[in-house]
Amino acid sequence: MDYTAGIDVGSTYTKCVILSSEGELISHSLAPTGFKLTEVAEKTLNDCIEKASLNRKDIRYLISTGFGRHQVDGKDIAITDLTASARGANFCFADTRTVLDIGGQTMKASRLDDLAKVQSFRLNDKCAAGTGAFLEKTAFYMGYTTEDVGALLSTSREDVSISGVCAVFAESEVINHLSQGTAPADIMQGAITSLISRSIQLMKRVRAEPGFTLVGGLLRFSTMVDDIQEKLGAKVNVPKGDLVQFTSALGAAVLGHHRLKKLGKGGGLSVSSIAA
Amino acid sequence: MTYAAGVDIGSTQSKAVIIDEEGNIVATSLDDTGANVIQAAEKVFQQALKAANLREEEVDYVIGTGYGRYRVTFGNDQITEISCHARGAVKMFPDTRTVIDMGGQDTKAISVSAEGEIVDFCMNDKCAAGTGRFLGAAAQALDLKIDDLGVTALQAEKPVRISTTCTVFAESEVLSWLGKGKKLPDILWGVHQSIASRSMALLRRVGIEDKITFTGGVTRNVAMVKALEDRLETKLNVGEEAHYMGALGAALFALDHILNSRKPVSEVA
Repeated sequence: MDYTAGIDVGSTYTKCVILSSEGELISHSLAPTGFKLTEVAEKTLNDCIEKASLNRKDIRYLISTGFGRHQVDGKDIAITDLTASARGANFCFADTRTVLDIGGQTMKASRLDDLAKVQSFRLNDKCAAGTGAFLEKTAFYMGYTTEDVGALLSTSREDVSISGVCAVFAESEVINHLSQGTAPADIMQGAITSLISRSIQLMKRVRAEPGFTLVGGLLRFSTMVDDIQEKLGAKVNVPKGDLVQFTSALGAAVLGHHRLKKLGKGGGLSVSSIAA
Repeated sequence: MTYAAGVDIGSTQSKAVIIDEEGNIVATSLDDTGANVIQAAEKVFQQALKAANLREEEVDYVIGTGYGRYRVTFGNDQITEISCHARGAVKMFPDTRTVIDMGGQDTKAISVSAEGEIVDFCMNDKCAAGTGRFLGAAAQALDLKIDDLGVTALQAEKPVRISTTCTVFAESEVLSWLGKGKKLPDILWGVHQSIASRSMALLRRVGIEDKITFTGGVTRNVAMVKALEDRLETKLNVGEEAHYMGALGAALFALDHILNSRKPVSEVA
């Protein structure tokens, strides 16, 4: 049995997974990225190795991805986030043709061919509106943290209009709504709605095709998935549980097995999708 | 004696100016706007009255301006901040052809004719990049006072280039530079340069013509003045009262109203 690891150093969280050649997710680990990228990558990898009761030398191939991928020590190669999330989405759902990835500081839409190669992509990475940072700010203005967002959303009855044009100016909007007695849950839901309409625009620009897979830390919020599905008018795939946050790390680990096989050092993956 | 007042309710700070019949400033007052805008307007006006040693009845006409102008409940009229800033700038510096106003949440570029009329204006009203908020975010991220930013930035030796546009992302960029061991002044000067370059884009859209008058709260920041002057390759008009230009303009419009109402009807154009 061969093991590979994928480390995704994202703007907000760093994620690591270990994947066996049988397509089993052996372990996964996550830590806030902070500003010491090399250290946090090391830490998540060590956590994963420890959880899996393996040694560092058991990891035959290590691929890094995410904005901090070049800061990862001991990697075999580094790949872009787009390649990683495409691979990961495809490994979770073979019918994936469009990937929407919403993370802490970026929103990405990409269209894939049937071999999970990226055909077209669009990024929202210059502006915090349209990323997790927007939700974080909205929560912060109301005295909540991102940890509270999920619980807050579940109590929302209706959403109020949040323009979602600038995460900084959202503060005045939020204060206005609060002063009019709007429930924080409904304001949060309004922020989600504005985020979703941005994501739909982004997907339109890559000429998205059915076979939608949603990934990234923000899709932890289940109401978000339902809302996107409704707006798109199509069914969407979402990796189970917290896997949604680890899709890119998983994609990197998948590619690790392919690389091993190409190099004649391993047998590749024995399955084409993740073992349940 | 006749007095007129202008009250400028900005997103971050509220300003009041009282002028006499000649248009000379009698008193100014400044306070944070906060969440209760009506109260802030009231407070800043009362402070100005106190400083001028006047009673409210002695001020004949009050004009509100700024984003909260309709919350100046005691005001007789409202005029947009664009008109007021241009009016105030031209009063202080009659050679003004371009005004760059940098406030807490927005930056405006206004072009003015030789007669002091507004020709064109443009503002970043949708995005906080390139506004005072960008400085506020940097100050918060670095745990500095806003008033200390400029002086610190001027000590830069090897400026850092800030690559992010968004104010929210700039907070993390600033911290990451710090994490990479860059010096505080070098990072801060980079922040000021980034704002200056965003303002240039606004200024170009209205056309840049000398002299350029710099108004708004950010004028107190020496590094911002220098960063803009570097980019524009010219000296800016920056007055002691630059922060109060909107309120001064509003007060001047209020004085117009008082003087006009005294003329016989036939003389009022």
